[in-house]
Amino acid sequence: MNSPIKTRHVAVWRGEGEIGHFETYDVPAYDNQTVLDVVSHIQHYIDPSLSYRFACRVGMCGSCAMMVNGEPRWTCRTHVNKVVGQDVLEIAPLRNLPVIKDLATNMDPFFEKWVKAEAVHHSSSSRDDDMTAVLPNDAERKKADAGIECINCAVCYAACDTVAGNADYLGPAALQRAWTLYNDARDAGKQTILEAVSGVGGCHNCHAQGGCSHYCPSELNPMQAIAGLKQAATRALLKGKL
Amino acid sequence: MIRPHRRHPLFLAFLLHRTSGILLALFLPVHFWVLSLALTDAAAFDEFIRFTDLAVVKLAEGMLVFLLAVHIFGGLRLMALEWLPWTAMQKQLAAGAIALSCFVSITFLLQVI
Repeated sequence: MNSPIKTRHVAVWRGEGEIGHFETYDVPAYDNQTVLDVVSHIQHYIDPSLSYRFACRVGMCGSCAMMVNGEPRWTCRTHVNKVVGQDVLEIAPLRNLPVIKDLATNMDPFFEKWVKAEAVHHSSSSRDDDMTAVLPNDAERKKADAGIECINCAVCYAACDTVAGNADYLGPAALQRAWTLYNDARDAGKQTILEAVSGVGGCHNCHAQGGCSHYCPSELNPMQAIAGLKQAATRALLKGKL
Repeated sequence: MIRPHRRHPLFLAFLLHRTSGILLALFLPVHFWVLSLALTDAAAFDEFIRFTDLAVVKLAEGMLVFLLAVHIFGGLRLMALEWLPWTAMQKQLAAGAIALSCFVSITFLLQVI
């Protein structure tokens, strides 16, 4: 373990629900230290009542996302030295989601919108049928593959100003998931998906600000997926299918 | 002050597109009113035309041309984003739209000054 070279002042959001304030803690600064390490240090050694959420620590589970110096980030893979310009570190709960306590948000609205977007599997066959062939070089498969590695961290949801301004907007993650299923040979719900994503709060609300694609820690491109949905919905409309 | 999560090129392109759109919407009624003077009050129209000879008005016209150009080119980028096969270089296209708008508006200024 590296020896501490200095102490870092860290402002952390404390409070329940909408009421809260930033409290400052002095945390030892190390060369190799993630934002999640900082939060964990505070909880382990300074104030055990600090609430936050994490699981895998390796960027797979998508549960540790927070606002770091005003930007949404996966904290387990965010090195403090890369986000701290002048010894200031401000950590807050994810934007656009209700806060439960301190740094833990209620993710229900985020996942409820996945269901509203019909971003759920629509079975096309039963166990008695042969398995559907999924050809990796198929054009539709490539579109699905482009967005399939989403870890559900809600960083894109927190980055999106359309979500902030429109409570009904389904958000980049749900729409991207709907797009991957729309292009999945095994999914029988193409029409259902298009109807779900082209209504109120659907893909046409997107203003292409690009925050989702800019901040996605998995380097996915929800903006591209949403553009794909817009085109598919418009084509369906012109054919009288929507 | 732009909040940290908005400090990326495509949000700034969005901001520029919205701002230019609002300013152009404010300009258009004035523009039509001035044009109407040609039919209703020729003397007032001539006086306004003389007013537009001032250098500061020429500069404002240059800014107007920039707003028009950046709204057109930025709008074309957005239409391409939504209607054409995906292009990965959105940041570069947004920067290109601004560069082209600077070229058009500066060329206009060089013509009129």
